[in-house]
Amino acid sequence: MMRRGLAGQRLVATFLGGALLFNYPVLSLLDGSEPFFGMPMLWACLFVIWALLIAVVAWIAERGAR
Amino acid sequence: MLSGTVVVAASFAYLLVLFAVAWYGDRRAEQGRSIIANPWTYAMSLAVYCTAWTYFGSVGRAASGGVWFLPIYLGPTLAMSLSWVVLLKMIRISRTYRITSIADFIASRYGKSHLLGGLVTIIAVVGMVPYIALQLKAISSGYSVLTGSDDSGVFPFATASWFNDGTLYVALTLALFTVLFGARHLDAAERHEGMVAAIAFESVVKLLAFLVIGGFVTWGVYEGFDDIFARAFADPELAALLSLKTASTAGYGGWFAMTLLALLSVIFLPRQFQVTVVENVNEQHLRRATWLFPGYLLLINIFVLPIALGGLLYFGRGTVDPDTFVLSLPLAHGERGLALLAFIGGLSAATGMVIVETIAVSTMVCNDLVMPLLLSTERFKRSDHPDLTGLLLGIRRGAIVVVLLLGYLYFRLAGEAYALVSIGLISFAAVAQFAPAMLGGMYWRGGTREGAFAGLLAGFVVWAYTLMLPSVAKSGWLDRTFLDQGLFGQEFLRPEQLFGLAGLDSISHALFWSLTANIACYVLVSLARVPTGQEATQATLFVDVFSRGQDAPATFWRGSAQVQDLQPLVARFLGAERARRMFETYARERGVRSIAELKPDAGLVQFAETQLAGAIGSASARVMVSSVVQEEPLGLDEVMDILDEASQVRAYSHELEEKSQALEAATGELRAANERLKELDRLKDDFMSSVTHELRTPLTSIRAFSEMLLDDPKIDLKDRTRFLGIIVSETERLTRLVNQVLDMAKIESGHAEWHNSDIDMRDLVGHAVETTEQIFRDRGAVLELDLPDHALHLRADRDRLLQVLLNLISNAAKFVPNDTGVARVRLTCEAGQLRVDVTDNGPGIAPEQLGVIFEKFRQGGDERARPQGTGLGLPISRQIVEHFGGRLWVQSKPGEGATFSFVLPLSPEAGDGPDHAMT
Repeated sequence: MMRRGLAGQRLVATFLGGALLFNYPVLSLLDGSEPFFGMPMLWACLFVIWALLIAVVAWIAERGAR
Repeated sequence: MLSGTVVVAASFAYLLVLFAVAWYGDRRAEQGRSIIANPWTYAMSLAVYCTAWTYFGSVGRAASGGVWFLPIYLGPTLAMSLSWVVLLKMIRISRTYRITSIADFIASRYGKSHLLGGLVTIIAVVGMVPYIALQLKAISSGYSVLTGSDDSGVFPFATASWFNDGTLYVALTLALFTVLFGARHLDAAERHEGMVAAIAFESVVKLLAFLVIGGFVTWGVYEGFDDIFARAFADPELAALLSLKTASTAGYGGWFAMTLLALLSVIFLPRQFQVTVVENVNEQHLRRATWLFPGYLLLINIFVLPIALGGLLYFGRGTVDPDTFVLSLPLAHGERGLALLAFIGGLSAATGMVIVETIAVSTMVCNDLVMPLLLSTERFKRSDHPDLTGLLLGIRRGAIVVVLLLGYLYFRLAGEAYALVSIGLISFAAVAQFAPAMLGGMYWRGGTREGAFAGLLAGFVVWAYTLMLPSVAKSGWLDRTFLDQGLFGQEFLRPEQLFGLAGLDSISHALFWSLTANIACYVLVSLARVPTGQEATQATLFVDVFSRGQDAPATFWRGSAQVQDLQPLVARFLGAERARRMFETYARERGVRSIAELKPDAGLVQFAETQLAGAIGSASARVMVSSVVQEEPLGLDEVMDILDEASQVRAYSHELEEKSQALEAATGELRAANERLKELDRLKDDFMSSVTHELRTPLTSIRAFSEMLLDDPKIDLKDRTRFLGIIVSETERLTRLVNQVLDMAKIESGHAEWHNSDIDMRDLVGHAVETTEQIFRDRGAVLELDLPDHALHLRADRDRLLQVLLNLISNAAKFVPNDTGVARVRLTCEAGQLRVDVTDNGPGIAPEQLGVIFEKFRQGGDERARPQGTGLGLPISRQIVEHFGGRLWVQSKPGEGATFSFVLPLSPEAGDGPDHAMT
């Protein structure tokens, strides 16, 4: 029960972190007009953050299953 | 280009495969070996979120707005990270109360209201019809691109007559499929295993197809991501797409609105509710879906921007509709097979959405719109239908066909004016209106029926005025003047700048005003009055679903019904055979043998109502059950009393439990303390009796010899000297005993004096051996000494340590056999501590005696053969050694002698302590 409560709180924290990263003003920091390793900076950054977010959520959700 | 026959044949072949999957899923479910009962299938079925709008529309959106296609998928990712909080609760509530649609959820929460259910259904139908139209449009335009029947990508059929319109047949085929998938038979829980299997299959197909096309464009047409982006950066018009600021005028506010919209949609879209909540087999599956579904969204979006840029680079702007790049790019490169695969992927996305959405909407239409109307007509009430399952199925099937035809109608009337993505967003904004009533209902007890109704109505009206009407007007079916000049010529009523609010894109604008109106009305109207008994009941059942557990919900009305009345009622809607089975199962759970023995209590009524709710909706179930039940609804006060009572009882019992646990713990402690005290008392008694016994022996002999000397003054000198000698030695023994007892008491109470100094242990042992050698010699025994080469210094009380050594050596002397006795004293140094072993070849100590000899007044050996001694030597020695941080122990085998050993740390901390303070 404690463990589940903890996983729930971690997920809410992840949600808040994601909401912060995917919005103004953090978004404006990532929005460069120059290529970033040959890719559009915003596009690449969004996908990287997105993938990291999914990884974190997966870690929390699957860990709680044990 | 491909021939129409090939495309149609491939499509039908694909639909047949789909049907085979569904059929297999259903068959396995009947055998009890479900193929959808695993988290992977569940997560894949959630991907029904990705429709043709994602498949074709995202590319179109990326072609005009760059990264602006992404918020639609970032929102669901965020929403899924909250799944453990929101979705799990929705699943639990729906499962516990047999809720099968959003309309039913809201109606049930706010006092099982027909009116609310109807309103939600209407919003859902109005909101979803354009979305379904969008899917039809995608299939039809995809077909025309593939067959080349229209180069511009606009529809070939729009001008043709209805009978020649292929899209109509597409709609009808999909209707037939949906009926076969979703309304073949009636399920009390509205679950469709076969359909879910097919949807999961479709999700895999559309993902693979899209990835293949993406890979083809990225590496087949161009030379990887770098190449495409380098070319795009070189073109100033395309480079503008790659930054958020330059790609759209909506700004960060628009980005936020879009994310929020998608976040709400993924929870409240009817089809998402259907797959996430209704079709959920096991709550634990949600755990994996929480990350797998967002992962799916990420994968299907990776190639969107490359395809869009690739298409724009290849075709240039304005020649080919970007919505069809997925098809036209492979076609333009002569890859007809790939194009057909892309079309099948799109067909997958479209049919999946249409099937689930129409099933969800038709359930709502049947349970929350048609059934309440039917039940309210007098004729229906009076007529005696024995079995209504056929009627229910008929309504469902009719609703499916009607909804699809409405979608077709919308497609015919307005479909051409808008790109795919705008239609999708309009639908998203419609379902966002459910959010306040749904979320408020799950977490806030105060929401009332009127509040929910006012909120939904206000949100819906504002949505229709600010988003729906402008879209209709823009497609030419309404006079546009109200768009620019406002309703009745009032400027502040302009739909897209309501009250003069400018600077937002139309979606953000509509979302802001509709949600504001919705939430304000919901909260304010709810706060106008206290909830009724029924509302409070439902509020408690919903909000506290986790703390109430899985067992039968509390019943809040007085009433009873005979099973003879309830069973036929359930049988009317679910079929006689099914109803009988359900009641039998219930009877078994209740522990009675047959249905007839069931007690006519509130629990039975609740059971029947829940079963009915699954089939006809909670509000209708309430009406039907109340028609056969003698009941009086409870008022708010009574409900609150029951709730308070229940929660108070819970609180009391919890408190009681805690207290009794604390009491038990305290009792245990007390018992242990008592035992210890008793033990100490017993030890004290033993000690006293031992001391007095030991004192009495010398005293007796002193007294006897003294009396003899006193009585007979004529004793000769030789005897007198002998007697006096005995008296002296006995007195010495007494003194020694008293000293030792005092010593012991002092050490034990910590009042002993310790005179620490630096001593050489080698000297000390040597000295002890010298002192005791004579005793051994007297007995004809040998004392051997084994010393290390170097001196061992430590800081301790010399006299005390000597006392220990003398005690151990003299003990050995007492026990070694006469003439053959050998004792050995050995001093060694190991691991920072010195060790002294005193070994003898005496009789040894029996194992059971090993622990005892260190107790006071307990001597080893046979009671009679025991040598002289006070029985305090070893306990005192042990106390001394332990005082200096060491350890004293004995090893022995009977018949092989004994070895007493002690170790002392070379820099004993206790010895460093105060030399004089311990007085």
